[in-house]
Amino acid sequence: MKEFLLIFRNDFKNLPLHSPEKMQATTKKWMDWIGGIAAQDKLFDRGNRLASSGKVVKPYNVITDGPYSEIKESVGGYSIIKAPSYEDAVEIAKGCPVLKDGGNVEVREIDQLEIE
Amino acid sequence: MTENELIPGLFRTEYRKIVSVLCRRFGFEQMEIAEDIAADTFLTASETWGLKGVPPNPAAWLYTVAKNKAKNHLQRASTFEDKIAPELKNDLPGSYMNELDLSPQNINDSQLQMMFAICHPSISPEAQIGLSLRILCGFGIEEIADAFLTNKETINKRLFRAKEKLRQEKVKIELPGPAEIENRLEIVLRTIYLLFNEGYYSVSQNKTLRKDFCLDAMRLCYMLVENKYTNKPQVNALLSLMCFHASRFDARFDKNGTLILYDDQRTALWDPDLIRKGEYFLNCSADGSYASKYHLEAGIAFWHTKKSVTEDKWENILQLYNKLLQIEYSPMAALNRTFALSKARGKEEAIIEAEKLNLTDNHFYFALLGELYTNINNEKAEEHFQKAYTLAKTQTEKQSISMKIDRINQRK
Repeated sequence: MKEFLLIFRNDFKNLPLHSPEKMQATTKKWMDWIGGIAAQDKLFDRGNRLASSGKVVKPYNVITDGPYSEIKESVGGYSIIKAPSYEDAVEIAKGCPVLKDGGNVEVREIDQLEIE
Repeated sequence: MTENELIPGLFRTEYRKIVSVLCRRFGFEQMEIAEDIAADTFLTASETWGLKGVPPNPAAWLYTVAKNKAKNHLQRASTFEDKIAPELKNDLPGSYMNELDLSPQNINDSQLQMMFAICHPSISPEAQIGLSLRILCGFGIEEIADAFLTNKETINKRLFRAKEKLRQEKVKIELPGPAEIENRLEIVLRTIYLLFNEGYYSVSQNKTLRKDFCLDAMRLCYMLVENKYTNKPQVNALLSLMCFHASRFDARFDKNGTLILYDDQRTALWDPDLIRKGEYFLNCSADGSYASKYHLEAGIAFWHTKKSVTEDKWENILQLYNKLLQIEYSPMAALNRTFALSKARGKEEAIIEAEKLNLTDNHFYFALLGELYTNINNEKAEEHFQKAYTLAKTQTEKQSISMKIDRINQRK
C-alpha cells in the first residue's frame, strides 16, 4: 500500500452562502465520503480542514495576508489515504464532495523515506 | 439458591477474592500456592458442610479457613518463608498471617490491582483473557477450554506461560501510577470487552456459560466505575455498551439455541432494566472531551435499543460508524456501516459502497450483498447468499442463510 495526500482546493472564501440545512447536508456528504474510505480500510489520516485566512511568509521578512491573489483556488483541507496505486487513489478522489462545489482534488503520492 | 448451587456460586464470587488477597500479599512468585490454598479451602468446605451443614455465614467461614490454611502452609514450608521473610520484615514475627486483611475494602482493592497486573502489556491478549477468566472470574480450566473451543492442556499451558512471564517481568500487583493509568486502563478495558464478546458472540453452544462470561465482564467493569481512580468516561461508556448488548441476551436465541437476528427478535424479551442502566452509564460517560471507541459503540448500541424506525435512527448509526471506522477499522464495522448506509440512504447507494469493500473471504460480506440485492436483483441476491453459505463456518449460520435463499426463491 502506498500513501497519497489529497489536497482539497476551492475558492472557499467565495462559496455561496447556503441555508443551514444545505450546510448540514454538505457536512454529511463529507462524513459519508470519509467514512466510506475508512470502511475500505484505506484511510490513513482523516487530516484537517483549514481556516480560510492565512499568512504567507516570504524571503526578506515579507509577510502577506491570505487569500492569495495568485492562486484563486485556495487549499481548504487535506486527508491522507492508503491505496495500492495512483489509479486507485484517483478513483477514491473522484467521490470527493468538493468536486460538486466546483473545486478540485490534487492527488500526490507521499515519498516514503527509506530507513535502512 | 439450593445447596447444590451454593458451592459453585460461592466459588464464582469468593475464589477470586481469596486468590487476589493472597497474591497481593505474596506477589506473583507464589501465585500457584495462592490458587492451591483457595481451591483447597473450597474442598474443605464441600467436605465439612456436607457433614455438619452449611455455616450461617459461608463466605466468612471460607475466609477464616483460607487464612488458617495460608498460615499452616507458611509454617510448614520453611524455604518459602525464607524467601518471603525479608519482604515481611516489618511485620511482627508469627502474627502476620492472622492479619491477612479480608475486609471488603482490601478485597476490592486487591481485585482491582489484580486486574491491572493480569492485563499487563507483556502477555498476549489471549493469555490476559484466560487469566482473567481463571483468576478474576473463577472459571474452571474446562470451561475456559470450552469457550475457546480447545482442550484443557492448551489452556493450562497458556496460563502457565503467562504466569511465568508475569513473574519474569516482576509485575507488581498494584495500580499503575497516574502517568500510566490511561494506557494501562486501555488494555484492561480491551480485555473486559473481549471477555464480553467471548460470551456474546462465541460459537460455543453452552448458553449458560456464555451469559456468565458477559455478566462477569460487566461486573469487572463495574468495579472500575466504583473506584474513583479508575472511574473514567471511557469506562462508563464500555459499561453502557455492555448493558445495551446484554439487554438483548435472552431475545437472541430460540429454545433450540439458534441465533435470532436483530430484525426478528421479540422486543418483549429485551430487558428494560438493563437498557435503563445502559442509558445511565452512557450519560455518565459524557464527561470529558474525547469520544473513545466505546463511546461510539455505546451510541450505536443505544440506537439499536429503539426498535421503532425514526428518521434519525439510521442516520445517527451511520454517522457513528463513520467515526468509529476512523478510530479503528474492522471488517465487521465496515459491513455494519454499509448496512446502516442502506437504511439511511437506500440500497442502490449502499450496493456501490459494499462492492468496494472487497471482503471476499468473509461470509458476512456476501450475506450483506445478498440482503442488499434482495428485491433489486434477486438473481444476484441468491448468488451472493450461495457464496455466503459456502463460506459460513457454523451450522447455525448456514441454517439462517439457507432460510434467506428459500425466501428469495419464493419471490421469484
